[in-house]
Amino acid sequence: MSVAVEFRAVTKRFAKANYDAMSDVSLQVEEGEIVTILGTSGCGKTTFIKMVNRLIEPDSGEILFFGQSIAALDPVSLRRKIGYVIQQAGLFPHWNIAENISTVPQILGWEKARIAARVDELLELVELDPSEFKKRYPRQLSGGQQQRVGLARALAADPQLMLLDEPFGAIDAITRGNLQKELLRIHAKTKKTFLFVTHDVNEAFRLGDRVLVMDAGKVQQFDKPDAIRRHPANEFVERLIDSVEAQRQAWEADECSYI
Amino acid sequence: MLVYLIKYPQKLYIPLLEHLVITAFTLALSLALATLISALIIRSRVLSQVTIGAFSVVYSIPSLALFALLIPVLGLGRDTAIIVLVLYNQFLLVRNIVAGFASIDSQVLEAARGMGMGETQLFFQIRLPLAAPMILAGVRLAIVSTIGIATIAATINAGGLGTILFDGLRTRNTVKILWGTVLSSTLAIFANQLLAWAEKRQARNIQ
Repeated sequence: MSVAVEFRAVTKRFAKANYDAMSDVSLQVEEGEIVTILGTSGCGKTTFIKMVNRLIEPDSGEILFFGQSIAALDPVSLRRKIGYVIQQAGLFPHWNIAENISTVPQILGWEKARIAARVDELLELVELDPSEFKKRYPRQLSGGQQQRVGLARALAADPQLMLLDEPFGAIDAITRGNLQKELLRIHAKTKKTFLFVTHDVNEAFRLGDRVLVMDAGKVQQFDKPDAIRRHPANEFVERLIDSVEAQRQAWEADECSYI
Repeated sequence: MLVYLIKYPQKLYIPLLEHLVITAFTLALSLALATLISALIIRSRVLSQVTIGAFSVVYSIPSLALFALLIPVLGLGRDTAIIVLVLYNQFLLVRNIVAGFASIDSQVLEAARGMGMGETQLFFQIRLPLAAPMILAGVRLAIVSTIGIATIAATINAGGLGTILFDGLRTRNTVKILWGTVLSSTLAIFANQLLAWAEKRQARNIQ
């Protein structure tokens, strides 16, 4: 198994900030795994993935993409090899669904027939009927459907790595559950490496082969969900897990009161 | 009225052509200048506000006053009229160009950049089409206002439909006044409708 992404002592401090958004982070992500990046708002988790596609540049340290230092690669062509999904999907409102999905293949100059076939294939993968959705515009879709299109668009040119920045953050709980299931199915089918940012503890533990817990720009723990649950590395991780437990108990207490 | 049209067609279509020429020149120059100015100021919020504020002051000066102000410097005639009209349009155009680009959802831009669009692609494929409805709205306002103010430009010998109106008023010729009114209003209304249609077409799929 090769290493898809490696951070070597990466540090970043934004201008005007008096703390590090990312402080001396070193880690490796194996090819084909889903790593969920979990933390509270402002903990550096979005910075983490935006560094991988060079939307943010580190102050020091090195980031490797399949063994190559990304600092030496052209950022624009690097991004074309990496799928990118963001919270509100960020679909282009003036393009229909088929045009949105073919963004990167268009840039790469694929032939028309190949693009058309790929669009159909991807819409089927994310379980949207191609004949029904291809010609629609983003505003005609629900939030969940938009996010499916966002996922299809990111997968279009068969990227080696997928970056997902709280993709299901603004979606209702039921739809989110379905999308999580879809994501696992798509991951099993495509065997790509996924880096998935979330602030939802349940989501992180459900989706991640490994969970990267971050706080204050530092890695608090990076391990399999089970290992983290059984052996939280420090107080912060423990609090995070306890918050889920507390939520569950609150639920159960509520249920009792109805009886 | 029809008798007048049949008897002296050149007294109507020559001013109409002059008017169209003034409008076309004004629009082309206004757009070129507004594009240049917008490109220079768009990256700075403060600079944008100051520039647009300054143009709004210019815009609020009555046209006759601005003509009068510039005659000593530039003299009478069509060129002076065009310069004044171009100045007026800067407010409408620069304001709408800047607002058009500022209205684009930052998530859309981030997604585009993150997927590997270069700056040129980003501009022509994403930014410009998304800003277009608002820019077109600015162009529409500019054309309508140009057609209107250009009639007043007849007072400084710029020609155009204003000459029919002012001749009619001076000689108390109702037919002339009516023809001047009908032609200038029809021109403005027609241009407005045409551009409103284009704007709607462009905006149809956005939001």
